[in-house]
Amino acid sequence: MKLIVCVKQVIDPEAPPASFMIDSSNNQAMLPGVPPVIDPYGEYAVEAALRVKDTQGGNITAISLGANLLREVIKKPLAMGADELVLLEDETLTDGDSWTTACALAAAIKKIGEYDIILCGRESSDTNAGQVGSAIAELLGLPGVTLARKIEVSDSKAKVERVTADGYETIEVSLPAVITVSNEIGEPRYPTIKGIMAAKKKEPLIWKSADLGLEPSQAGAAGRRSQVTRLFQPVHEGKCEMIEGDTPEEAAVSLAQKLREAKAI
Amino acid sequence: MTENKGVMVYCESTGGRLAAIATEGLGCGRKLADEIGQELSAVVAGTEVESLANQAISFGADKVYVIEDPLLKDYHADSYLAVMEKVVKEAKPQILILGQTTIGRDLAPRLAFRLETAVTLDCIELAIDAESKRLLQTKPVYGGNALAVFMSDTDPQIATIRTKAMTPLPPDTSRKGEIIKIDAGLDPSAIRTRVLDKVVEEAEGIKLEDAEAVIAGGRGIGGAEGFQQLAELAQLLKGAVGATRPPCDNGWVPDTVQIGLTGKIIAPELYIAVAISGSSQHLSGCSGSKTVVAINKDAEANIFREARFGVVGDWKKVLPAFTEKVKELLAS
Repeated sequence: MKLIVCVKQVIDPEAPPASFMIDSSNNQAMLPGVPPVIDPYGEYAVEAALRVKDTQGGNITAISLGANLLREVIKKPLAMGADELVLLEDETLTDGDSWTTACALAAAIKKIGEYDIILCGRESSDTNAGQVGSAIAELLGLPGVTLARKIEVSDSKAKVERVTADGYETIEVSLPAVITVSNEIGEPRYPTIKGIMAAKKKEPLIWKSADLGLEPSQAGAAGRRSQVTRLFQPVHEGKCEMIEGDTPEEAAVSLAQKLREAKAI
Repeated sequence: MTENKGVMVYCESTGGRLAAIATEGLGCGRKLADEIGQELSAVVAGTEVESLANQAISFGADKVYVIEDPLLKDYHADSYLAVMEKVVKEAKPQILILGQTTIGRDLAPRLAFRLETAVTLDCIELAIDAESKRLLQTKPVYGGNALAVFMSDTDPQIATIRTKAMTPLPPDTSRKGEIIKIDAGLDPSAIRTRVLDKVVEEAEGIKLEDAEAVIAGGRGIGGAEGFQQLAELAQLLKGAVGATRPPCDNGWVPDTVQIGLTGKIIAPELYIAVAISGSSQHLSGCSGSKTVVAINKDAEANIFREARFGVVGDWKKVLPAFTEKVKELLAS
């Protein structure tokens, strides 16, 4: 099995909401003092790839696109058990949208050439766009299944359990295919010490826009098809009425009465 | 880009009726169409969907494209993409709205890339920019920590809308509209996926998304037994039990009761958050609730910023006393 996983570096989605800030001069989010992490949604995709490799054998290539990629962060898929890492690290590839990101990733996947399954997170935790996996399928002319919670491979086909609103459906898809992975797949494994040591020694391949054969007009900010006209934090009105009491039980009783008065129950 | 005209809504259905999200899409689409002085069209696709056309008209559509084919019985990206590509190329809408549903979040991005245009998923607001007359698409980003407003340069401008974010029009059965049948023209060999099985894991009782009262628990509930206590209160209030992601990931409750950005989006009259810290990603799923009540032992928890009423305390002490009192009040 030749497996490819797309995963990105993001600002830490688990950081306390109070530390989240927006730089309105460039419509960028900031978390001052909090180091970036591997996107948790992408980590589920890495885990899904590792599970396929566990049963089928094979080789996993992780691809990341971005600028200022911290090696100790971006090498996590290697530490978890991926075999190769390709970084699309080029200023001209940044500040794009889902369209340019998917085009660059699809070009990198074509350059790699051989693949059975391409895995992505269901969305990323920063943009929450939820487009890149589907877009890669479309750009490469492949079938796709989104929101996977389980993947079983046999005879150049995959059986994918896809999360639905009221449960799941089992979908059979011919390979090669693109599969986006949801958190229901299960907790990503922790890197082992051995994995971390091996990842340290491995050098990622670095590809620039020209290596991907992309025209400048197709990449990064120049290739965008949509613009962010505004990025802002919703205002919290902060009008919570704290119900107090000498004991938690008393407070509970007051709360119930309060809700009754407010006709909420 | 200028030759595209009109607003189109892709309408999902369930059990022979338009889905709520479809009526919400039509309500929002009608407003946008009126604002730019253009037509609102609807698309219904599937098997036995013809009766939906009149429903779509009563909810605001001027024109309905009906596509019926046995191959459209189950949703497959390959088949639905093919028919949507066909109808969009024929009708050339300027704006296309879908629901942010199991189908919409799969179909919309693929369709956008096939048509070489842009899409914004999970919008909570759609409006027309006064100056450019382009569609302003507002969606939560950074797990709900921020909102971004997108504007795309290409037509059709495609957006999916979040459940319950838009308001349907009251249905008016006297409305008249045009119904246009389109031949699906599908090639079965081009459908590269097969549905082997569909499994419903819905919790018993009132559906989470329909419940007027939702009692939700977080990691602090500690296990499946704790959720029994929440269920007891839910039953009393004729509501449903929900959860944040950790209780689902830990198997204390089914995955289908997860509330949040990647789970269900709900907007009940009463939302009681028990031992929930209030991450943005969770609040994304319940911020439309009318009255939010928070019970948490941490006075600094983010949930209190969102709540109308709060109690700081251990839920194990607060909840039983609260449930008792509610029982008494409801009986009186």
